Amino acid sequence: MAESTLNGRVVGIDLGTTNSLVAYMQGDAPVVIPGVDGSNLVPSVVALDPVPGDGGRPTVTVGNTARKALIETPERVIYSVKRLMGRGLEEIQDELRLFPFRLAEDMEAGEVPRIRLGEMKFTPPEISAYILRQLKRNAERFFGAPVTQAVITVPAYFNDAQRQATKDAGRMAGLEVLRLVNEPTAAALAYGLDRAKEGTIAVYDLGGGTFDISILKLRDGIFEVQSTNGDTHLGGDDIDNLLLAIALDEIYAEHGVDLRGHPGAVQALRKAAIEGKIRLSTEQSASFDIELPNGDRYQREIPREVFELLIEPVLNRTVGPCKQALTDAGITPEEIDEVVLVGGSTRIPAVRQLVDELFHLSGRGKKPHIELNPDEVVALGAAVQADILAGASKTTEEMLLLDVTPLSLGIEALGGTVARIIQRNSTIPASATEHFTTGVDGQTNVAIHVVQGERELAADCRSLARFDLKGIPPMSAGLPRIEVKFLIDADGILKVTAREQRSGQAAKIEVKPTYGLTDEQVESMILDSFDHAEEDFAKRLLIEARIEADKILELVERAPESPAWMRLSGEEQAEIAAARDHLASVKLSEDSSAIRQATLDLDHTTRRYAELQMDAAVSAAIRGKTMEAADEDLGEAVTAPHPMAAAEFK
Amino acid sequence: MLNVVDSAVPVACWSCSVAHNDSTLFCPHCSKIQPAAAGDFFRVFGLERQFAIDLPALELEFHRLSRKVHPDRFARATETERQLSLADTALLNNAYRTLKDPLHRTGYLLKLEGAEIGEEFAGKDRKDQTDPSRVPADLLEEVFELNMQLEEMRMARKIGEEDLQLLADLKHAKTKFEGLLDAVDRDLRMQWQVWDAADPAARQTAQKTMVALLDRRRYLSNLVRDVNEVLGAE
Repeated sequence: MAESTLNGRVVGIDLGTTNSLVAYMQGDAPVVIPGVDGSNLVPSVVALDPVPGDGGRPTVTVGNTARKALIETPERVIYSVKRLMGRGLEEIQDELRLFPFRLAEDMEAGEVPRIRLGEMKFTPPEISAYILRQLKRNAERFFGAPVTQAVITVPAYFNDAQRQATKDAGRMAGLEVLRLVNEPTAAALAYGLDRAKEGTIAVYDLGGGTFDISILKLRDGIFEVQSTNGDTHLGGDDIDNLLLAIALDEIYAEHGVDLRGHPGAVQALRKAAIEGKIRLSTEQSASFDIELPNGDRYQREIPREVFELLIEPVLNRTVGPCKQALTDAGITPEEIDEVVLVGGSTRIPAVRQLVDELFHLSGRGKKPHIELNPDEVVALGAAVQADILAGASKTTEEMLLLDVTPLSLGIEALGGTVARIIQRNSTIPASATEHFTTGVDGQTNVAIHVVQGERELAADCRSLARFDLKGIPPMSAGLPRIEVKFLIDADGILKVTAREQRSGQAAKIEVKPTYGLTDEQVESMILDSFDHAEEDFAKRLLIEARIEADKILELVERAPESPAWMRLSGEEQAEIAAARDHLASVKLSEDSSAIRQATLDLDHTTRRYAELQMDAAVSAAIRGKTMEAADEDLGEAVTAPHPMAAAEFK
Repeated sequence: MLNVVDSAVPVACWSCSVAHNDSTLFCPHCSKIQPAAAGDFFRVFGLERQFAIDLPALELEFHRLSRKVHPDRFARATETERQLSLADTALLNNAYRTLKDPLHRTGYLLKLEGAEIGEEFAGKDRKDQTDPSRVPADLLEEVFELNMQLEEMRMARKIGEEDLQLLADLKHAKTKFEGLLDAVDRDLRMQWQVWDAADPAARQTAQKTMVALLDRRRYLSNLVRDVNEVLGAE
């Protein structure tokens, strides 16, 4: 390890289905690092810009700008890619039906799926790497120094392949992933920081695409996970899809228009569904008014009671995992001292009601913890874990996280049954040793099929890998004694080593996993490998500072055309003009921090203007303009570097 | 406090080559993490082989050792140190998991002492309980009746009938078998004490008794699980 990384910062990253965040420990409190647009949340959306005129490689954008492209060029945009991480072709068929993922045509069985994005194809880890790179850059811009080490969170119920894919993505983005941390455990860390508590807590984490429940015991700074359970394909996305399906069916039934073949229209509808869902958390009813391509209007009112009936089956799918987690921890709901809510979907009143019933909260005069923003708490916890790993911090030196493996590890035995070697909810790292032999004289290979899951038959579990033990010295059948060691490391990832004991040919047994990307493939997918070189870094900071300056200058240049401009006082207009001229002149210098300061100043003076413009856009949307037109209005505002602008729509 | 065993086998530190006691996790000379000493799970915690264990003390010791060897403490250390931390912690976790659970601990120690005991006490194998030869002799009649009742209940459930008498019978059986389980656990604890008292002759007998008790316990807990499954489906 290079000397410089020893003192470098370790950031905490929440790589979410819907949004991603990067945070770090500022003194003794974790804080989220905002992006260039001032927003803490970077939408987990990746877009490929149109091929430039000079025929060069198209550029990839991430976040709010990428999301804007969703409606205009949906075939060049991808979101919710977390659903595909670490999954094989046969496993993602459901996702392909519900989400507009376009597979490459030339896929072969056993290959890691590749997704088309415009004229290019990417594996899910590559797409995630672009998101991670954006977060890395946001952090580097913030610190004014390179960032090369990170803690990344994953759903607790992620299996081995999903974890490995996440780690691969980190490496492609130029990040050394010091640890994968389970999302609910991270949330517990964030909450546990300022309260030297003892007791048992449950973390209920319903995010965009995944559900986790974890039960932890806190004692003297040790966070010991007792049990975890969940569903890696259950979340807010499923609720959106329900609303979307209803709208599509009704539009077809009432207006004879089948929008399913129009990706842009479906995206516009999905956006309306998500906005409606969010409104229903605070209002008793939400209305939809959408202009259809044939000029008809689709108008629909959804009262909260109807919405709650609709989503009940989705929410009920969280009950089983919660009960199992309690059973596995060997406790009753009454023994849970505190419940922490994580994930945007826990804002839904019906979800809170369900949690209250599950853990008998109000009956015991208790309330779930919602003090920390459910969208940010996982990233904040990741920053705490990053601080623990970096060491040398007084705040976290007494803290230690002892997590568990969510799924049992087993080996396929004769007859296709599973011999379990590491039980679920075992504290990690955990290991098991098994012995194998040959069945035929002179046999030099033994195949081992490793599976993860709780079912009795290997065919019903997730196949992790088929290990081939090669190079066994030829002996009579049954004579070789091959010792295979299975080790689940602190990231929840399996490592296998083998040795033949009889002949003493210890190191010669080769263990070859057959799943996921190979080391060479990951290596070849590393995004811009010069990323951490110092001189490049300075150059990049300057280029980025100029791009940011250009963005806001362009907006200000066009401002006088907007009705919002007229509502500013002459004094305010003059102030903006002065800040604009200052930035325009500073921009020509080589001083990236001066450019950034001037950009921030201009940003500050235009804040009221942006708010006025935002109001106009929102009221336009409410008046029932077409989705596209409303989105264009909003699109302008979203690119404005104001925190409130980006936070408005998610 | 825990009873510390000092084996005092000298080994050379991988890093500074100075000899030290093999049960020391950190080299007294250069402070580098060392490979865990060979031995059983009891030795990980510095304990003699014994059935009765002070659980709160075990937990404290687990936490104390975790703070020292956990991979989180070596995230930025050299590759060798990270590997040692990983191996030491995996052993520590495996040892704690086995010793903190009374049944796992009993089965583990019996095996260490050379006893042959049945597969798993967690009862994952459902097939063997229908094997009539494994029914404890004194329970033959009751088990037969219980299995009939369970079958009847499942059938009734299938066609949507509610047989209140049957339900009451099953709840009664559940209480009875749970009571028998508790009795087995009490008997086991008594045998622990006999064994831990370390009289070699008595140990042999205690060991045999415990193997039989574990067998009986496995059988009973499978029954209770089945009854709970049927009752839980209400």
